[in-house]
Amino acid sequence: MSVSDTPKRSMRTPLGRVRNLGAAHSGTSDFWRQRITAVAMTLLMIPVIVIIMMLLGRNQAGAAQILGSLPIAVILLLFIFASAWHMKIGMQVVIEDYVHNEKLKLVSIMLNNFFSIAVALASTYAILKLSSGV
Amino acid sequence: MALSIVHRATGIALYVGTLLLVWWLVAAASGPAAYANVQAFTGSIIGRLIVFGYTWALMHHMLSGIRHFVWDLGYGFKANEREALTWGAAIGGIALTVLIWIIAYAIGGGR
Repeated sequence: MSVSDTPKRSMRTPLGRVRNLGAAHSGTSDFWRQRITAVAMTLLMIPVIVIIMMLLGRNQAGAAQILGSLPIAVILLLFIFASAWHMKIGMQVVIEDYVHNEKLKLVSIMLNNFFSIAVALASTYAILKLSSGV
Repeated sequence: MALSIVHRATGIALYVGTLLLVWWLVAAASGPAAYANVQAFTGSIIGRLIVFGYTWALMHHMLSGIRHFVWDLGYGFKANEREALTWGAAIGGIALTVLIWIIAYAIGGGR
């Protein structure tokens, strides 16, 4: 049996292999959260479409009244939370795939975090404001 | 079928499109004048086209995502199954978009 017939063996231990947790340095947690948020949004899709349909053709007073009701506010908050998290992970995957300059990549990922958190917080604040009626 | 890149492209479009969602919610919380601005935009031809495109991107991304979920669970890898899932997502996305807009107009959203 020649050397080339033996399977290549790494000297790294299994622990050493997982310690750096792959290219994203966070293992599979983002993969899993991407799926949780996707399932959540799919389940919420019909209620969210119904809510948007209810708002069609109404003025601000009518819209504010509907958006401020408890079940509708909760459904929208869940949907926004799932959306913001999902899109943050999705955009990070796109950045990691296409941006190869390390510094530009870090800046892009940072801006992606800022944008996603801003979208989530602004929407959440608006819904809470409508719910409290101030 | 190059649907994988369409999944990504619709995802990026939806990402940018959340600005419209934020604008709409913040306007509703701000008052009648701000909300009237949003309605003037979404009621315009350009606004309607953007919201129509957004509806399609959302429906397509959802169905295409369900397709990926089927693959994650280890099913649908045969050639004919892959084709069926891909065509199902492509046609289903368009069908759901048209259906949603027909219902929206039927209940008076076209005013």
